This record gives sequence, structure tokens and C-alpha cells, in this order.
Amino acid sequence: MPPSPPAAKLRLATVWLAGCSGCHMSFLDLDEFLFDLAEKVDVVFSPVGTDVKIYPENVDIALVEGAVANVDNLELALQLRQRTALVISFGDCAVTANVPGLRNLLDGGHDSAKAVLERGYLELADATGQLPFAPGIVPELLPRVLPLHEVIPVDLYLPGCPPSAERIREAITPLLAGERPVQEGSAMLRFG
Amino acid sequence: MSVVTLSVNGQDVAVPAGASLLEATRAAEANVPTLCHLEGLTPVSACRLCLVEVEGSGKLLPACSTAAAEGMVVHTHTPQLREVRRMTVELIFAEGNHVCAVCVANTHCELQDMAVTVGMDHSRFPYQYPQRSVDASHPQFTLDHNRCILCTRCVRVCDEIEGAHVWDIGSRGGQCHIVAGLDEPWGQVQACTSCGKCVDVCPTGALFRNSDTTAEKQPNTTLPALLRTAREQRRWHNQ
Repeated sequence: MPPSPPAAKLRLATVWLAGCSGCHMSFLDLDEFLFDLAEKVDVVFSPVGTDVKIYPENVDIALVEGAVANVDNLELALQLRQRTALVISFGDCAVTANVPGLRNLLDGGHDSAKAVLERGYLELADATGQLPFAPGIVPELLPRVLPLHEVIPVDLYLPGCPPSAERIREAITPLLAGERPVQEGSAMLRFG
Repeated sequence: MSVVTLSVNGQDVAVPAGASLLEATRAAEANVPTLCHLEGLTPVSACRLCLVEVEGSGKLLPACSTAAAEGMVVHTHTPQLREVRRMTVELIFAEGNHVCAVCVANTHCELQDMAVTVGMDHSRFPYQYPQRSVDASHPQFTLDHNRCILCTRCVRVCDEIEGAHVWDIGSRGGQCHIVAGLDEPWGQVQACTSCGKCVDVCPTGALFRNSDTTAEKQPNTTLPALLRTAREQRRWHNQ
């Protein structure tokens, strides 16, 4: 039997939807662990790791930060689900919609997009206020902000605002060895 | 003193007659979770987290308000109970507007803690985003209905310990909410002594001191038990 080729590196993506990028800052707080990580994975898509604009095929693990708030978020979420083996809801915005979801309180949640735009661009504006209109350039807001799992199936949840670097490391390390992390206790599960 | 003996998770325990099932489970160190329950206040079984299985009863029973009886066989952590508890916490989150990251009670919230206890990593129920108000009419305290889980600790501590009975529950079903006085702005209720006990025992960020901002609320939930023991047994915690 021929010798097996060296194990291919896992293909890791990190994705930034409707969030503040705090989860990505926490990811960067992994500090020297990032060197260990770089030996085991290829970062194939990430706002803090690559300059790739198109979500690639055959991704093994995706950390997805942020809620789904606009049509670009929705398109990318659907695309990454098609192209990723294991999707992780990364942080409270992805898990619960969190702060971006607060606009769902407007207008009974039916069309909070219209309500939030009118509030921001008309009611609080000076006399020259106008609603943004740039089809194809500025993505349209969805009527309601959704957590990731209400849009696509999610394989693992990593709550926290943001999840600490320690929590991210504890979740990622078993995955690199092909195992699932034990999502129990305050160290792994706490919201906020 | 008469005693009843019963089995909790296969362990025999003896408790005084009249003790609750919750006390019996605690004697067995079974760690039954509670949210609305507070030592020193009358149990109301509002939160349903202390539901336990009693063989032969045919339904799940709230441990806090069920009396322990001779020969009962109690189970506290069956797969069904674990699932019911997690679902209950998910429903509590989905029913209100709980955003831990920007809450006064962040890091000191019993609901936030309970999500960890029951292993809730997300809610399977869509959040409802109900329209709720904030009552900031009191000079020292604020009531944010968005974060209220209707545990009624405030209602009970004000009635049973402070004796002012400022709080009640108004409306029905999903519209239920805490009301001050005769459904007035809190600041206009003359019965309120501004003692702050309701704020101290609130498990979430629904009641807070005006000076508290995100993650600054420091609850004091031992107060009712301390005061009740002092009054009824003439015994203070340092004596």
C-alpha cells in the first residue's frame, strides 16, 4: 500500500455578518495560539486573515460572527452553508441576534428595517434628511434581524459578547483533532 | 418533631414533616435549579425550573411548593426533566427582551446563570421582541419590563417583608406585567418606602438602581431570609 500523503491542513474561514467585529478582536486575542493554529489550518476566508472576497469551496470550519440583518448577510450565510462542513455561530449576535436585533423592537418586528431607517435618517436628521437609496451598492436591510440558526443549520454555538479568546481556543482545539468540544459550564456557554 | 422519609434519586432522606420537596432534594444535595424561589419568601412555583418527577404522580411537580410526603420516590435529573428545564429557560429568554451584553445585571444575573446551568447554547424558539415599557418615574430606582421574568420576588418581598405591598401582577397570559400601586407610575405610589428590597432580590436587570450602568448591578438576595429569621426567631446571622 502506498504511503498516505501528508494530512491536508483544515480549511478555516471566519465570517463577519451584522456584528461589531468584537468576536474577531477576541479571535485575534488568541495571540501566540494563532501561530499554532496557522500550522494546522489554512485561513481561506477572513476579514482579519485574508483579502479574499469570494467565499471559497470546501471549507472545513467557519466561525460566523454577527446576526443576519441585510441581504448581503443572508446571501453570504446561504453560500457559506453550502460550502462549509462545520458552521459555528460565533458570539451572541450570531446566536441570539443580540444588539443588532434590538431594532426588531420597532414596529412590532414586522418591518423594523423601514422603522429604523426612518428613525435614523429622517426623524433624527436635520432638514436635509433622506433615506439611503443605492440599489446594488448599499445592501437592503431585511425586515427583521435574525440569529444565524434561523437562516441556515448551525453545527455548534459559541455564545459570549464576545466569546473570550480562551473560550474560542477551547472550542477550536478539539475540532482540529476531529472531535467536538464539550459545550458545558460557565467557561464555554455564558451569554454576555 | 415528626419526620418524613423519602427517596431522592435513590438516596433516602429524612426531613421534618411539612418540609417542601425542594428542602428534601437539598438534603440529598440534588441541586435542583430554582429561579423564582428565594429563602424567606413564600414559594409560588412561577418559574417551573424546580419541577421534579414523583413516581406515581403522573405529572411533574414543582418541588418548591409540594410538601414532602412519607415514602415518595423522587427523581430530579431525568432526561425529560433536563429537557423541560432547558426548554423553560429558552422560553423565558424568547418571551422577553434579554440582551445580556447591554444589561445592568450582566455577570450578576440569575437568568444568565440559569442558561449555563441548563446547558442552553441557543434558543430553539424565535425571540418574540414584545413591546414593553420602562418605568423611570422613581427618583432612585428603575423598572425595565423588558427584562422582567415575572418571578414575583419583588411582589412577595414588598408584601411579606417590607409590608408595603407596592407591587402586583396586572393583566393575563402573555400580557402579564408587574404593576406599581394601582397601576400607576412607580414614583407616584405613596406606599413605596424606597427601601430597595425589590431591587435587591430581583434576579435579572428588571429592577435596578439608577446609578447602575451595564454590568454594575449588585443584588443582595440573602436579605429576606435574614430578616425573616431575625423577626421570627429573634436571631441575627451574626449571633
